[in-house]
This record gives sequence, structure tokens and C-alpha cells, in this order.
Amino acid sequence: MSDKHDTKFYQEILDICLTAGRLMIEGGSEMYRVEDTMLRIARNAGAEDPRVFATPTCVFMSLNGGNLSQMKQVRDRNINLELVDRVNALSRQFAAKQIDLQQLKEKIVQVANAPSFPMWLQVVGAAILSATLMVLFMDNYDWVDFPGAALVGGVGFWAYCEFKKYTKVRFLSELIAAMVMGLLAVGLNWLDSQMIVDNILIGALMTLVPGLALTNALRDLFMGDLLSGIVRMCEAVLTALALGGGVGMILKFMGV
Amino acid sequence: MPFWLEIVINVAFSYIASVGFALTINVPHRALNSSGISGAVGWMAYWFCFRLGMGRMVSNLISAFLIGILGLFFARRKKCPATIFNIPALVPLVPGMPAYQAVRALVAGNYTQGQELILRVAIVTAAIGLGFLLSTMCIEAFYRIKYRHFKKIMLYMKRKR
Repeated sequence: MSDKHDTKFYQEILDICLTAGRLMIEGGSEMYRVEDTMLRIARNAGAEDPRVFATPTCVFMSLNGGNLSQMKQVRDRNINLELVDRVNALSRQFAAKQIDLQQLKEKIVQVANAPSFPMWLQVVGAAILSATLMVLFMDNYDWVDFPGAALVGGVGFWAYCEFKKYTKVRFLSELIAAMVMGLLAVGLNWLDSQMIVDNILIGALMTLVPGLALTNALRDLFMGDLLSGIVRMCEAVLTALALGGGVGMILKFMGV
Repeated sequence: MPFWLEIVINVAFSYIASVGFALTINVPHRALNSSGISGAVGWMAYWFCFRLGMGRMVSNLISAFLIGILGLFFARRKKCPATIFNIPALVPLVPGMPAYQAVRALVAGNYTQGQELILRVAIVTAAIGLGFLLSTMCIEAFYRIKYRHFKKIMLYMKRKR
């Protein structure tokens, strides 16, 4: 242990690193990248022997040979790659000595309210995503369902984002969004019997579907972060249950 | 439908789908186009391999490998983490659809179909993960070899001088 720096200095580094780690996990980064970034920031700030452990629900860090150690909980996980990019850029700037520790501290607090795309653009993105993927997956170029999938996907994504504000349980907002999608698809089929409910739903659900979570979980497992891999896999299974359950219930009630 | 039109539709739609997903997960502006390109490349690799009869696992592995390499390439060019390009690019490949269909089959009581679909999800996920791992390995090896040769050449030039 060295007496070069006082406790306040280490406390500052801990704060910065933990905030950076939490932001990256909230943005949906891989665990090895989170740990790597935190270690880099600590080393570049001049701390010896930093130790880090990150899981999708919590980040731990200790400094100064284990004399100081803290943790930070991560409550809210979704994919927001802007956060990952910003933290990464700040860490790069800090490593290149373009900003000092104080500036890094100020900037990393501001990362949390980084601008995102406006809501209408996100809904449009979800709509075109569901329509185009439906055509790709079905492989028979079925243009009848094209507008239907766009409508259902956009509205479903919007419903998901709106319900997310009211409840902290992600399972519930996914379930409700899936039910909204199921109802809309059945309604479209009732209006025009040429539209196939299954095709529309396959396209529309691609906005919420847990495939990416599964793939990320497997990548974490392969990289040796067993704990976070398992946690993410659980999350993906829950999402699949919510989506399949919501749609299944609606289709059973409606008798399609 | 003529073959060239199918190719055009597949390229355009996979690009649009990747960019659309990038919009919903808030990818930084400068990475939008590149993530769309790597999405289109990945989907086209999958499509061709699947058409050639290589089976689901190998096609997914090859396209994930290509996406991983492209992602690392873009990451070096644009100075962003590679995940930013990989996540939107993977959207057309990822086994979300069978995962949802599996749960729906289970809800409807078709247990055999559900099991089949769950197995398919597992296989496709494993293939994509393996493809990524291979791409990381290859890129690391490539840069190591490149730097080693680069150093040798520099030494040689110094000696000559």
C-alpha cells in the first residue's frame, strides 16, 4: 500500500469507475468490456492493483490493496448503445490525457441523460423492422401482411414503452405489449381475412423478442463470465415466456 | 419472382431492418450506416449458405463469423466498441422467432413441437456464439501476425539504411 494518495482520491476513482460500469451494464455491454473499461480508468488515474467484478445486477470494485471496496446495484437493464459508446469515448479521452479526473467525473454524470432518438422515430424504426423481417423470414414474399406487420409492430413497441413507465416489472410490460399485439393482429384478420395472424405476429414480435439477450448470454458464457451468462439467460427465458404467454392467451380467448 | 429481384429485396430489407432496430436501441448516429451494412452482409451470407443446403447451424456460424469480423473492422475505423455494430446486425439471424413459437406451442399444448423448437433455439444460439468467438480469435491472430511482420520489415529497413 502506498501513501502517495489520500482516501478522498481513491473514493473519487471508485465513484467514477462504478458509475461507468453501471452505465455500461444499463446500456447492454458485455461483461468483459465493462470490467476492462473500469480497470483501465482506475489504472490511468494512478491507482495500483484495482480489482473489479461485474454481474448484470451489481458491480463490485476494490482499490488500494483491498482497503477500500464498494459496490453499486444495477436495477434497470435494457439495450441503449449510446451509453456504451459515450463511456467508451470518455475512457479513451482520459487514457489519452485529453481530460483530467475532475472533468471525467463531471462528464460521466452527464452521460446518464444522453440524448436518445425521439419516440416517433423509434416507433417508425420498430415498424419498418417488423415489416421487413416478416418478409425475410416468411420466404414467400407475402406483401398482403406487410402493412399489417408494420402497424402491429409499431403500436406494440409504443405500448411496451408506455407501459414501461408505469411498472417496474419488465415481465408485465412485455406481457401487456404482447397482448396488445395479439389483439391488433386478430382485429386485422377480422377486418381482412387475407391477413394471416401468425405471419403478422412473427414480424411484429421481432421488436421485443429475446434472441439478442440469448446470444449475448452465450457470449458471456463463452468469455468465462458464467454468472452473468446465466443471469442473462434467465432474463431471456422470462421474456420469451411473457411474449408467448401473452399472445397465446389472446389467441385462445379469441379462438383463432 | 426473378432471382436478381430476390437478391435486391433481401439486401435492401436486411439493411433496413438492421437500421430500424438500431433506431429502437439508440445506436449513435455515426454508427447507423455501418451497422446496416454489416446486417445486410450477415443476412446475405446466411441466405446464400442456406440456399446452398449447408443447414441452419453452419449458415448461422458463417454469417456470425462475418458479422463479427466486420464489427471489429468498423470498430477500429470508427473508434466505437464492436458491440454497437454487432447487436443491430445480428437481428435478422437471432433465434427470437423460434423462442416465441416454442412458448406458444407449449401454451397451445403441442409439447413435441415445443421441444423441437427449443432445441432449434439452442442450436442456432450456440452457432452464433461460436461464430463470434472464432471471429474474435481470427482478428487477434491476424493483427498479431501483421504487427510481427511489420516490425520485421521496419528492422530490415533500418539495417539497410
